[in-house]
Amino acid sequence: MGDWDELYRENILDHYKHPRCRGTLEHPDITYEDANPLCGDQLRIDIEVKDGRIERIRHSGHGCSISQAAASMLCEHVEGRTLEEARKLTREDVLEMLGIELGPVRLKCALLALKTLKAGAYGITQWPGEEETA
Amino acid sequence: MSSPPAGTTIAPATSRRRFDPREVRGRFPLLNARRDRPLVYLDSAATAQKPESVLAAMDDYYRRYNANIHRGIYAIAEEATAAYEDARARLARFIGAPAREVVFTRNSTEAINLVAYAWGRSALARGDAVVLTEMEHHSNLVPWHILAAERGIELRFIPVTDSGELALEALPGLLADGRARLVGVVHVSNVLGTVNPVEEIARQARAAGALTLVDASQSVPHLPVDVRALGCDFLALTGHKMLGPTGIGALWARRELLEAMPPFLGGGEMIREVRLQGSKWNELPWKFEAGTMPIAEAVGLRAAIAFCEELGMDAIFEHDRELARYALERLGEVPDVRILGPGAERRGGVVAFELGTIHPHDVATVLDHRGVAVRAGHHCAMPLHERLGVPASARASFHCYSVPEDVDALVEGLHHARRVFG
Repeated sequence: MGDWDELYRENILDHYKHPRCRGTLEHPDITYEDANPLCGDQLRIDIEVKDGRIERIRHSGHGCSISQAAASMLCEHVEGRTLEEARKLTREDVLEMLGIELGPVRLKCALLALKTLKAGAYGITQWPGEEETA
Repeated sequence: MSSPPAGTTIAPATSRRRFDPREVRGRFPLLNARRDRPLVYLDSAATAQKPESVLAAMDDYYRRYNANIHRGIYAIAEEATAAYEDARARLARFIGAPAREVVFTRNSTEAINLVAYAWGRSALARGDAVVLTEMEHHSNLVPWHILAAERGIELRFIPVTDSGELALEALPGLLADGRARLVGVVHVSNVLGTVNPVEEIARQARAAGALTLVDASQSVPHLPVDVRALGCDFLALTGHKMLGPTGIGALWARRELLEAMPPFLGGGEMIREVRLQGSKWNELPWKFEAGTMPIAEAVGLRAAIAFCEELGMDAIFEHDRELARYALERLGEVPDVRILGPGAERRGGVVAFELGTIHPHDVATVLDHRGVAVRAGHHCAMPLHERLGVPASARASFHCYSVPEDVDALVEGLHHARRVFG
């Protein structure tokens, strides 16, 4: 448990307890809500876009630490970047941000934020990593 | 809060038979397999572990007499047929039924679907009602949703009280207009552990002209069940929760119901005679067993039943309930633990709980990294969680090989989870 516990504390719990970009936007250009029916994780992402750039991004909702931390990390990562840059993010990028190994069930918790972002911004509704097979 | 419904308090066990769970545990290879960290398996309500005798019986079948049943006129085919039919006979005896009334299925879900398709589509018409409960597993909800949408059947529900029991005083009202044709009820809740008063429900249903279907997925594996004593008409069970393999379960139904029902699946073995334009059905129970059935799994189930009978179902139930009582007591020591469901005197070996505001998946993940395996989520009972006002829960469940030390490891893990998320 040692290493995993430490990684978990460092990478996940900080974002879970002190989420970045948490909240909603009054006049978002993009807003999208999604859920992971398996665990009941719910997430909403609001985005303000200016000249093709993610000016501000906020997330709200509830769920397990991994889904919430992933939302926090993802929003922090993409704020200020262009929509084109954000579109290229993959499942591997999110897992790298989280920095821990995840089984197939928890993988969906981790990917909910990216799925929500991509569905809202680009209309891609499949789970990240499953687009090709869908 | 209403007074508790009659008949739900479990009578003190009269069984003198006891077994030593430590000795029993020694007969389960998975629980004794070498691994980095000892496994604390607390998810027997999802699936039970398998004793050596079950694994050996299935292995022996494949190595020594694997052949298709009811067809071959040669020695190993006859041996396989005899073993398969003996498995049926033993299962039938195990639940107090004649073998002819026991149909093998893949699991409880398939057994319930069989009833919804074969009985529901021939016996029910628009305006009829099916009464279920708010604590059903999805397997006893979704088949009826499909039927209701297709046939205009009304679904009614016996409510669940705050303490996680059926509000039985609502049943007469649900049956009063005479339109209810079936009452479907889970015998032991897979979330709450509540043991429901099935005899009383079946009695009221019968008086109102309705049949009773019992989802026995969590009862047949843990306590003595006699279909005649329950007074029900259909009973669905699954093998893998009773120490047997996955892929085999059964539907028991009264013979006249099975006789009147059309087949569920069409194919080989379920027919007596086939012409190009039609066919005549086989006799019971084979009329409902189309295609090659899970033969090795039936052989494994037979060994599992023998194992359960050796320990004694009374003794298994008493053991499970003692552990549940111990778990309720120990979990009570952990701050912020909220236990779902009734007190120990009204439940089997299942304990679902919440730990403060920590998401059950986080609880389960922290426990997993200490080798403790619990279930987390809605346990295929979303309406029940909605009723109780919790999005999800964590659940510990026991079987004959579970020991108090398993509960101790769970409690230590929960203290740890509080430190991690505190």
